[in-house]
Amino acid sequence: MLIRTSDKDFSFGLRYSDVTPKELYLNRRKFLGAGAAALGAFALPGNADAATLDGVNKTGPNHSLLNDQQSPKATVTTYNNYYEFGTGKDEPSKNAPAWKPNAAWPIRIEGEVKTPKTINLADIMKLGMEERIYRMRCVERWSVVVPWIGIPLATLLKQVEPTANAKYVAFETYYNSKEMLSAREAGIALPYVEGLRMDEAMNPLAILAVGIYGETLPNQNGAPIRLVTPWKYGYKGIKSITRIRFVANQPPTTWGLYSSNEYGFYSNVNPNVDHPRWSQKEEQRLGGGFLGSGTKMPTTIYNGYGAQVASLYAGMDLVKNH
Amino acid sequence: MNKLLSSKWTKAVVFLLGLAPFAALLWFVYKLDLTANPLEYITHYTGDWTLRSLLICLTVTPLRIIFNRPAITRYRRMLGLFAFFYGTLHLMTWVGFDRQFQIDGMWEDIVKRLYITVGMAAFAAMVPLAITSTAGWVRRLGFKRWQKLHKLVYFSGVAGVLHYWWLVKSDVRLPAMYGGILAILLGVRIVRALTQAKKPVPART
Repeated sequence: MLIRTSDKDFSFGLRYSDVTPKELYLNRRKFLGAGAAALGAFALPGNADAATLDGVNKTGPNHSLLNDQQSPKATVTTYNNYYEFGTGKDEPSKNAPAWKPNAAWPIRIEGEVKTPKTINLADIMKLGMEERIYRMRCVERWSVVVPWIGIPLATLLKQVEPTANAKYVAFETYYNSKEMLSAREAGIALPYVEGLRMDEAMNPLAILAVGIYGETLPNQNGAPIRLVTPWKYGYKGIKSITRIRFVANQPPTTWGLYSSNEYGFYSNVNPNVDHPRWSQKEEQRLGGGFLGSGTKMPTTIYNGYGAQVASLYAGMDLVKNH
Repeated sequence: MNKLLSSKWTKAVVFLLGLAPFAALLWFVYKLDLTANPLEYITHYTGDWTLRSLLICLTVTPLRIIFNRPAITRYRRMLGLFAFFYGTLHLMTWVGFDRQFQIDGMWEDIVKRLYITVGMAAFAAMVPLAITSTAGWVRRLGFKRWQKLHKLVYFSGVAGVLHYWWLVKSDVRLPAMYGGILAILLGVRIVRALTQAKKPVPART
């Protein structure tokens, strides 16, 4: 709810073009122009390179735990927090498509493991893709329901045999200052980092997503591969992961570095623990509704996934460990 | 220049310009072109225009001082009322659309959320200014007292910028820009007050 600047509000504020290398900006325009010419018609922004994902299991036990109605694809692909591509929600879908991630997309897995490894995206996808229809509750009080396609995080992590010292898993996003906002502009430390406790990472609900709505991820949604932990606030879902590290101590997180009392390490969805600046009791489920503003509804603890994850936090003070 | 400033046509044009953001908003609503989160969009849109019109209104006096054009003052009331108008839309968006007229929730927000507290204060300070904006009220209060009361607008400006600053997550570039503009506008007044205070009052003979 809080992030600003839109194209059509006569904003005399900063635009992406003010802060973007000209090559990228121009490439984007060329890219958009070529795309429009090729299609000869309106297309959803941001996923011109989308490919259908085949061989996806849609009948797993966690496929649709809460039987929610999926959010419109246009909502999920045009309303994004991806500060590297602009801090306005509408900016990543405009700016991220120009980015061309390395097609092989090697992910380095290292740290407290017996055999550090570099695994390419294609090999990760071969580990077995599942569709998971999950709620995503943003710390800013909006939510969507997304049909993700991904592989369980545990499946990948088990490949590298973590040692007994591995207590946490740390993730890092790809970052290139030539193609993205600087940390100063974004107002947060970059590259973006996140982390999970080992048992959280091994929970069957935690997945590495490579697609949505049956297709590969659009860049603004975190292509080529991102974390999805549906019982946690959306910012835990680190995008465009390039490095995974097993560590002994609780790793730093980008939003925690920004303000640890506002964005705790656990960041579990919890209507009883307010963000210091706003209440978390309710959320706006985007899509449909009056003027297309969605539906206001009460937020549920662990975002409705308590049966699957509450045991991870048994006996913990959820206010202190927010 | 003075002729242009005192023309009723110029005033009509400024009035229409002041309404343009509202007209544009109605158009976006009609077209349902309100982004994926219309509640947020309308809230930010009306909030932005409240702050912008308030800053534009606060530009009148510095322009008068710098360019020595007293005629420009006749736009001040209208611009101030536009700030109040957009502020009212912003508040009503929150009261009706966001909080859906639930008094309890709103009260909790006002008490517990500093950015809402300060935003509400910024709006509350504009209410007496809007009410006493008529020539009748200037007469009733007497110009000196009226002028004193209307210094409340400085409070609204500062509180409005803080309201924005405290609600953004991390990218403070826009609130910082508004804050910088406000600092310049208030700075001009401070400089003037200081230089006037230093000037010895010429003895009357």
